[in-house]
Amino acid sequence: MANFTPISAAIGGALIGLSAVLLMLFTGRIAGIAGITGGLFNPKTDDRMWRLAFIAGLIAAPLAAALLGHPVAMPEMPGSMIAIAVAGLLVGFGTRLGNGCTSGHGICGIARLSPRSIAATLVFMVAAMIVVALTRHGIGG
Amino acid sequence: MPAIASLLCGFIFGAGLVISHMVQTTKVLGFLDVLAIPSGGWDPTLVVVMAAGLLVTGIGYALIRPRQPIFAPRSQWPTASAIDRPLLAGAALFGIGWGLVGLCPGPAIADLATLSPGVIVFVVAMAVGMAAHDLWQPGADRPVEQKLATATDG
Repeated sequence: MANFTPISAAIGGALIGLSAVLLMLFTGRIAGIAGITGGLFNPKTDDRMWRLAFIAGLIAAPLAAALLGHPVAMPEMPGSMIAIAVAGLLVGFGTRLGNGCTSGHGICGIARLSPRSIAATLVFMVAAMIVVALTRHGIGG
Repeated sequence: MPAIASLLCGFIFGAGLVISHMVQTTKVLGFLDVLAIPSGGWDPTLVVVMAAGLLVTGIGYALIRPRQPIFAPRSQWPTASAIDRPLLAGAALFGIGWGLVGLCPGPAIADLATLSPGVIVFVVAMAVGMAAHDLWQPGADRPVEQKLATATDG
């Protein structure tokens, strides 16, 4: 159980849940980041304002943390920019094709007990676990 | 007003990601690394984040489900129910990309604040992937009800 941080995890997770509930209460929308973001790139979208506002808030949070003296460290990324770009393409295309990501399916969908979201979450978790098993343990491991 | 409410919700969501350390790829990959369970190197933090998020969302959704939203004419609860091929294929592709780097859309966008070149490349590629999907399947000709039914799992 290396690096296990349950208390900050519970507080942070509860805030994510609060955000999802408030967004539904205020705007009637599901707090799925892939859905909110993806809608920006669809030419048929006519409701960009709330999407951009949500994204602005999302980016403002780490900036506020930095102002309060707790800057967010740059995340560790793979050395190869090509690997990063491939991963980004897969995440973008996959979340649109599958209609959701960790927040849309994993939180909002499972909270509604949606069988679709439970299935999607199981699939993306297992796929990601297999990839990590291969990259960390599989090759020459 | 809806935009300000949405900005506030985005901020709370981002604060949750920052406080729970889900903006760090090492924490996410540490959870996904299930082969490290026997050696004690597994990091179950993400399980607690999800559990807390589900508890609050589950109770909150149940309480507000009958209500009309404050700044919109009606709530857009997803109504799609079929576990179909696009759902599973999309989830698999997303999972592969998630496992390669440890970033999903929320943390990736929040991490733009760090100005990490890798994160910027990731988010641009993610946007290209999303746009490519919508060029291929614009969903434009579907009637509104059907669009609502399928567009908003998340």
